[in-house]
Amino acid sequence: MELTLWTYEGPPHVGAIRVAASMRDVHLMLHSPQGDTYADLLFTMIEREGRRPPVTYTTFQARDLGSSTAEMVVNSLRESAERFKPQVLMVADSCTAELIQDQPGALALGADLPVPVIPLEMAAYTRKENWGAAETFYQLVRGLLSRQAPPPGSERPPRDANTRPSVNLLGPTKLGFRCRDDVVEIERLLNSMGVDVNVVAPLGASPQDLQAIPKADANVNLCPEVSDLTCSWLARTFGMPTISTIPMGWGATRDFIAEVAATLDLDINVDAVGESRLPWYSRSIDSTYLTGKRVFVFADGSHAIAAARVARDEMGFEVVGLGTYSRERARDVRAAAKEYGLEALITDNYLEVEAKVQELQPEMVLGTQMERHIAKRLGIPCAVISTPAHVQDYPARYSPQMGFEGANVLFDTWVHPLIMGLEEHLLHMFRDDFEFNDSVGPSHLGSEGEGARAQDTSSGHQADDGAVVWAFEAEKELKKIPFFVRGKARRNTERFAVEHGLTTIEVDTLYDAKAHFSN
Amino acid sequence: MSSVIASSVGEHHPGPQTQERGQRAVFCGLTSIIWLHRRIQDAFFLVVGSRTCAHLIQSAAGVMIFAEPRFATAILGERDLAGMADCHEELDRVVSELIARRSGINRLFLVGSCPSEVIKLDLETAAAKLQVKHENRVRISAFSGSGIETTFTQGEDQCLKSTVAELPALGASEDNLIVLGTVSDIVEDQFRRLFDELDIKNVHFYPGRKAGDLPAVGKGTRVIAAQPFVGETARALIESGAELISAPFPLGAEGSKAWFEAAAEAYGVDSERTQQVLEMPYQRAKRAVSVHRSKLEGKRIHFLPDSQLEIPMARFLSEECGLSVNEIGTPFHDQLMMRGELARLPQDVPMVEGQDLDPALARVRAARPDLTVCGMGIANALESEGLRTKWSIELVFSPVQGFDQAGDLAGLFAKPLAREEILEVGSWS
Ligand code: SF4
Ligand code: SF4
Repeated sequence: MELTLWTYEGPPHVGAIRVAASMRDVHLMLHSPQGDTYADLLFTMIEREGRRPPVTYTTFQARDLGSSTAEMVVNSLRESAERFKPQVLMVADSCTAELIQDQPGALALGADLPVPVIPLEMAAYTRKENWGAAETFYQLVRGLLSRQAPPPGSERPPRDANTRPSVNLLGPTKLGFRCRDDVVEIERLLNSMGVDVNVVAPLGASPQDLQAIPKADANVNLCPEVSDLTCSWLARTFGMPTISTIPMGWGATRDFIAEVAATLDLDINVDAVGESRLPWYSRSIDSTYLTGKRVFVFADGSHAIAAARVARDEMGFEVVGLGTYSRERARDVRAAAKEYGLEALITDNYLEVEAKVQELQPEMVLGTQMERHIAKRLGIPCAVISTPAHVQDYPARYSPQMGFEGANVLFDTWVHPLIMGLEEHLLHMFRDDFEFNDSVGPSHLGSEGEGARAQDTSSGHQADDGAVVWAFEAEKELKKIPFFVRGKARRNTERFAVEHGLTTIEVDTLYDAKAHFSN
Repeated sequence: MSSVIASSVGEHHPGPQTQERGQRAVFCGLTSIIWLHRRIQDAFFLVVGSRTCAHLIQSAAGVMIFAEPRFATAILGERDLAGMADCHEELDRVVSELIARRSGINRLFLVGSCPSEVIKLDLETAAAKLQVKHENRVRISAFSGSGIETTFTQGEDQCLKSTVAELPALGASEDNLIVLGTVSDIVEDQFRRLFDELDIKNVHFYPGRKAGDLPAVGKGTRVIAAQPFVGETARALIESGAELISAPFPLGAEGSKAWFEAAAEAYGVDSERTQQVLEMPYQRAKRAVSVHRSKLEGKRIHFLPDSQLEIPMARFLSEECGLSVNEIGTPFHDQLMMRGELARLPQDVPMVEGQDLDPALARVRAARPDLTVCGMGIANALESEGLRTKWSIELVFSPVQGFDQAGDLAGLFAKPLAREEILEVGSWS
């Protein structure tokens, strides 16, 4: 039993629904009680989908247990096949159904339905949403393609010299982070290299489209959380190479281009494929103030690893913490963290993440919706880079994270919550001006930066933990520090005082602490 | 749920009434935790369930409104299910952890879910054992919010019912009034002022703002329901000697007036005095409703089953706003709770109890009503087909009861229609 306040991922069957909702002409029959239908709103509200996900829930009740639940499964299957006429019907248990063991997959296979059936095992008590999406996608692809598989060990015929090279983009789904725009951006990038996109899946694909997967020369493992399993099966079974660089950030996009070229044996000049404004924006003098900003990164595996690289190499930040909630990606994130001299934080307990942020006192947090709240509470600027995300992170505008345009978007989104460079100086310069009210703050900062000031309203003389007291003069001195670092100065000084066994904070304590923390 | 459906009070809707069984699209009772934990400010709700349960509450609450909420889920794992871990010991550990962390909590509800019920984890016994351990520190009890036993708003009913046994006995010569069902703080304050003016004393709101605010119950207790979904609690109170005042729900100017009148009458308040007290807020409410009337009049409305508020809402909209009601879908029809409502409903409105989602949606598509009241999962799907909707969860989350909210209530329904008139972009159909 595990005490959970907020969860980063839903249960595995929500992953199955994500795959179904991403596709055309599939239907999912989920054996579940009525409450589980809340999953619909993830799609219709958060992603603003104009249709219910293609799911039929059996919605059994207590009175059905032990007598008619199996019958409900068969009826729901028949009705779904009849009403929606899908090309493929997937069948799964939710957590409760797993306990009553009706084996809906077996029932479906025995029910002589007029449609191919793919049974799914969702392991509700050990696994989570991303795993469920990966497993569903894999079962679907395997179920549809294994009959086409060449005999083991056979050579893949070389590409006909007259056909354009092509790849599949695998992994993007509904409720993924900016998948809709990333697909457009990467497709554009590949086209400009003379590479066609054969199939994009699950997003927008039908089962019939999936049948065409082996026609491409390689698979791009665009969202490993969802497509890793499928890519390795396609590599094993069809000898299709996997392109695994995730093109997020300027450098990674160039690496991706190089990997595509090498895999498809193309002669391509990376500089000629496209460009991003990120390198120049980052070199322009206004960005000097970004130097060494301490950032904490926490996300799904792919976004965490990619963001850390962009943060250090392309923005000039210092990565002071790196972690993921995804246990499946723990190994990769640990390896990445080593490169930054860090120990990765692998947890799906949001309180642990909060404690870590509090301890590290970063100047910026790159995280999920959860970290947005943590950062807000602690008065630290934050940008959302990964799921779980809220409705505002499914924007109307084109806003990819991948490719060259994605790099532009990352620059803008990450810089926005921070104080503009020149402005930082102006704030210093004018902060004693009687007309300048520093509680107003910079006008471009909306609610994200708000916390810095909200935090500071606790101008009582007693520190939060009650152990140390601020002397009047010290408190006055503290007020002279610009508001956007005042909260941090307060916390650092209090921490310093506690660590040094002081009970009163004098002006000197403030400066001792400043000296202590600045090295 | 069965005991609710098998209500014995025989006042029937005179119009066409059918029952439907099939796919439901209603949340489970766990959802009630969202408003209960805001109402009862020193209570903590610990769901014993699965990751699905945790995800449901978080998604229905709109992800992370509070940094550290007063609800959580003890997620059952493989070890608990395989019997490798003793669930009671595990629960003991989790509860101790929780109580140590949250010092301000006076009341802990263990909330049962589908998984905990299917594995027959007895939370009532668990609560009793834990109570012994944490005596003098926190009061612990259990109720079910599971989807196999409860829908959406029934979680509140189960929660309240689980506390009825704790209510102190009312002295033989005393009397009191229990206002049953969660109302927001502002509504409570407005109601209290009116009860004062009517000289009705000893009014208790149940649930109250603090878990310890428990009303006494006995022969001198009168109960008036502020919400329609508290039928089992009402019955439990009746069994403890209370008398249930029959009234429409305090929704709209007319509903609120009739509700206060019923209370006043039960208390023998002089009817002239009653009219005097109610006249000003009643007129104010009517004015506020009439602001929206032009948007609503003559429009056709369709209710899909969701919050259990469908019948009183339909009554308010047809009686006071001039809408015609196409169909009332309701998760279940509790005749005891609805007996003050039915007579005021248009006689020919078809009423459907239960749900079979796809045929129900087909009826909406065929009828193309001007407004459909439905759950959040369905609303955008209908909007994209050119149908205006009002999501019903707002009717439970926002203060809508009483005279001074009557205008807001009409406004909730008028807004989607007004929006359609304003927007000069794209097309809804
Ligand atoms: S329906 Fe059951 S399993 Fe689903 S969220 Fe509600 S209590 Fe949990
Ligand atoms: S606050 Fe105004 S002046 Fe300052 S950076 Fe933002 S937009 Fe420019």
